[in-house]
Amino acid sequence: MHETLQTQVIRNPHPQADSQLRRRWVKLRRNKAALFGGVLILIYLITALLAPILFPGNPSAPNLMKSLERPSIEHPLGTDELGRSILGRIIYGSRVSLLISIGVVFVGLLVGVPLGLISGYYGGKVDFGIQRVTDTLLAFPGFLLALALVAVLGVGLKNTIISVGISMVPIYIRLVRGCTLSVREQTYVEAARAMGTRDVTILIRHILPNVMAPITIQTSLGMGTAILFAAGLGFLGLGVQPPTPEWGTMLGSGRAYLFNAPHVATFPGIAIFFAVLGFNLSGDGLRDILDPRSKL
Amino acid sequence: MRQDSLLTIKNLRTCFHTYEGVLTAVDGIGLEIYRGETLGVVGESGCGKSVTALSILRLLASPPAEIQGEILFDGKNLLNMSLDEIRKIRGNSISMIFQEPMTSLNPVLTIGEQISEAIKLHQGVTHQEAWAEAVEMLQMVQIPSPEIRAKEYPHKLSGGMRQRAMIAMALSCHPRLLLADEPTTALDVTIQAQIVDLMERLKEEIKTSVLLITHNLGLIAEMAKRVVVMYTGKVVEEALVEDLFAEPLHPYTQGLLGSIPWMGRKMKAGRKQLQEIPGMVPSLLEMPEGCRFHPRCPRMMDICRKEEPPLVQKDGRRVLCWLWK
Repeated sequence: MHETLQTQVIRNPHPQADSQLRRRWVKLRRNKAALFGGVLILIYLITALLAPILFPGNPSAPNLMKSLERPSIEHPLGTDELGRSILGRIIYGSRVSLLISIGVVFVGLLVGVPLGLISGYYGGKVDFGIQRVTDTLLAFPGFLLALALVAVLGVGLKNTIISVGISMVPIYIRLVRGCTLSVREQTYVEAARAMGTRDVTILIRHILPNVMAPITIQTSLGMGTAILFAAGLGFLGLGVQPPTPEWGTMLGSGRAYLFNAPHVATFPGIAIFFAVLGFNLSGDGLRDILDPRSKL
Repeated sequence: MRQDSLLTIKNLRTCFHTYEGVLTAVDGIGLEIYRGETLGVVGESGCGKSVTALSILRLLASPPAEIQGEILFDGKNLLNMSLDEIRKIRGNSISMIFQEPMTSLNPVLTIGEQISEAIKLHQGVTHQEAWAEAVEMLQMVQIPSPEIRAKEYPHKLSGGMRQRAMIAMALSCHPRLLLADEPTTALDVTIQAQIVDLMERLKEEIKTSVLLITHNLGLIAEMAKRVVVMYTGKVVEEALVEDLFAEPLHPYTQGLLGSIPWMGRKMKAGRKQLQEIPGMVPSLLEMPEGCRFHPRCPRMMDICRKEEPPLVQKDGRRVLCWLWK
């Protein structure tokens, strides 16, 4: 540890200028699990972006002559019941899954963060109102809530994003409210009020940046959960509808052939597993890196 | 003889409604700050000094706080103003310096951003103008290389530098009244002296009045012209600073002055034990009857136990004590 520190100082001509970033980078490099998670996410991201290059052709076009084939050179991960390449569908499925995970945390952040800030900052009756609604939403297991919302809104990509997103909102509200409660008592918030700063400005400029670290961690963890929830809905046939390639839906339709063609369900399952693992590991890693108390 | 007054507090009562009962932190105090003067407020922890300052700017959340009375600033009652009106006064006509320089600057914003934010807010200037003004203010509080410092985050500054930056922020709109709530308490002694000098100089330059809250009597002697001594939410004595130090009237003030260690006294008068005021400040929930100081008072009389003392005027001084009736 000592050695690394010393070489750092020597290599870095302006030790103060970027010491914080550098310290975080060192922390990240030491945290192998987080690095692995980051690499996983990167692989999925590249796959999603380069899908048409990695798999030329239509992943949804059926070819009944080749249904349920085992893995081969032509179809490295085999084919499904309609003869579509599973590899191709997993590659295109990464687009759908990433879109869902980003959409879900966007909905969660968009609704949860402002409500959490308001609830924590103003307190009193506003806080009471928002928190009782949050309590009610938190009383349901997250997946059950998403399921109930799908029952109301209907199936499809957009509704999956909305319902899973709303099921995440209470988590963000609680998190942001808790952090806001501690930040609003800081002297610099009082000083800002003493300078005549408006409440909105205080919330956005003074409090929000100081609660960003836990939000970032929750966002990364939330993306993993979002993929899992969306896949769960897909598995039940309530998520993204065929023929759009979605991992959970693929898993669901592969279930019927589990005994004679296990690869149909197995490979999408592995794709889901590693995506969720990637987000969770990097979320845990972010927590360690952003925590100022943790040492190098 | 009197100059005209800038801030007049009449019968200010600030109470907090808590589960244990109503805490009256400030109990019917009255004081006046004249233009360009420094008024010192001394007292032990919990005597209502800070609450008075926070009440002036209405920075206490209500509920649980309840503020009654009158606070006239330039003839207008701050307690009757709408939230928008008071916001225009905060930081502009009246601003405040806090005790903890380490925590009173936002860690995620640069020094320049924080100072220019206040300037933009009250003077409606562009970002560039506000920034230039902020740099100028940093120069004024004698921060070296202000252009560079303005772009830095608070964690790179020492405690003394941060308090200078806070002072720069508080004075950036040339307020007419500065509430300084223990501005030097968290600093070490040499830095305290620098900050005191700086505040003295800026006070002259900007012509602002100062309400100096402290428990440091040395600081009062150095900076204030008049002194108000507070005990359990009441003003127990008010006098010019020379009079107070020469001849304290209230037994509490006498105790406070007696409890200051004095270098060189041993040589003159032989070794003596440092005086203390016996007992503790009573809880705001269980105030003693009669005079609030009587359980700790060395000159307690029968009447002190039964009736609240009157505010006695004596040679232009005020004292809340039966001794002088």
